[in-house]
Amino acid sequence: MEKHNFVDIKSFDKQQLLYLIEMAREFERFPNRELLKGRVIATLFYEPSTRTRLSFETAANRLGARIIGFTDAKVSSVSKGETLKDTILMVSNYADIIVMRHHIEGAAQYAAEVAPVPIVNAGDGAHQHPSQCLLDLYSIAQTQGTLENLDICLVGDLKYGRTVHSLLMAMRHFNPTFHFIAPKELAMPEEYKIFCSQNGIRFEEHHDFTPEIISQADILYMTRVQRERFSDLMEYEQVKNVYILRNDMLTDARENMKILHPLPRVNEIAYDVDENPHAYYIQQAKNGLFARQAIFAHCLGITLDEIQADITIL
Amino acid sequence: MSKKERLVAAIQDGTVIDHIPAAKTFQVANLLQLERLSTPVTIGYNFTSNKVGRKGIIKVSNRFFTDAEISHLSVVAPNAVLNIIHDYEVAEKKTVRTPDELRGIVKCNNPKCITNNEPTGTIFHVVDKSEGILRCHYCEKEQHIDQVELCK
Repeated sequence: MEKHNFVDIKSFDKQQLLYLIEMAREFERFPNRELLKGRVIATLFYEPSTRTRLSFETAANRLGARIIGFTDAKVSSVSKGETLKDTILMVSNYADIIVMRHHIEGAAQYAAEVAPVPIVNAGDGAHQHPSQCLLDLYSIAQTQGTLENLDICLVGDLKYGRTVHSLLMAMRHFNPTFHFIAPKELAMPEEYKIFCSQNGIRFEEHHDFTPEIISQADILYMTRVQRERFSDLMEYEQVKNVYILRNDMLTDARENMKILHPLPRVNEIAYDVDENPHAYYIQQAKNGLFARQAIFAHCLGITLDEIQADITIL
Repeated sequence: MSKKERLVAAIQDGTVIDHIPAAKTFQVANLLQLERLSTPVTIGYNFTSNKVGRKGIIKVSNRFFTDAEISHLSVVAPNAVLNIIHDYEVAEKKTVRTPDELRGIVKCNNPKCITNNEPTGTIFHVVDKSEGILRCHYCEKEQHIDQVELCK
């Protein structure tokens, strides 16, 4: 059987992305099944990421799989100097899928090349975090009823934020219009603007975060402006409160507009926004469960038809 | 060319690699793994050249390089010319073509890349030949072909 990895969102074409979203939708209808009964899923977390790990492990548990793994490289053989290749080959003897989070960039691609079992990239350093991207796409599709022709505002750290870069790449199939709202130091890098131009994606750049810009959005994607990203702390002090979303900024928002955030948030979304019907970030995190169930199905070659005709639903 | 003008001894059969930037001569020798050959090899450098200022010349007897081997030179001597010699005559001239992919030639300049943290070879995709832009297959960081560090 051909091995299906989930390493990089760019390698999925439009049809494949829509297929994964359709699968996630089925899992949202019936999340508890025994579709993966008898399977073992390994979660290798070389750096801690509680949220992502819990989401993957819940996805596996609710499909009836068992889980092995570690949550900290200190307790694995890495601390004895074992190479990633040896660890991956060893774990491949035990597990049907390996979910890996690593601080080294390109680690997932490398693991996918050496492993006989499918690899799921749960984040490789500052490089990629494709399962986050899939759950973002799923959240957009669920709230808007489509992925096509949407106005998307990306706010905050657009320079280092890998989630916004992945989202931009994945949305290229769906004719979006982007608004990039960021301080100068954290502006969208040139290479992504070139990517937009090459792919016919419309975009505008703004330094001010205003109700007027929000009123043009279908999706408001917030990210955290992190202090450690700034070389000049004076600049951080100046901008840290500029990119905060407050409830009173949402008065003119479109009815269908939803606020997304990869979480955790610090202060970039005021707590009074939580009660606003536009807030969607908590539900978004829940969607991570269904997206990751779809990723497991993809890795094991389970089709949408099989998921729809599943007799193991609990 | 008279005997007096000839820079280094002529060869009967083999390859003469000309127009190497002088400082890159030994890197070219390295990339072609000339130290493994048992046939005569002459390496000369700091010759005057109108094309590259000071140039290196390497003459290799009884050895002909494949296009893939020649393409490796694109990272250090893209303007080098390879003269294929048969019976003391230049039978063919070959230039260096930038390949689509470089395996095990260039080091990734991202210290956090897997290729700098695991005993494995590098792979680079040449994403823009005219600009000389290479992209790491693993971490996807881009670098310019003129500024690369070679794998040891």
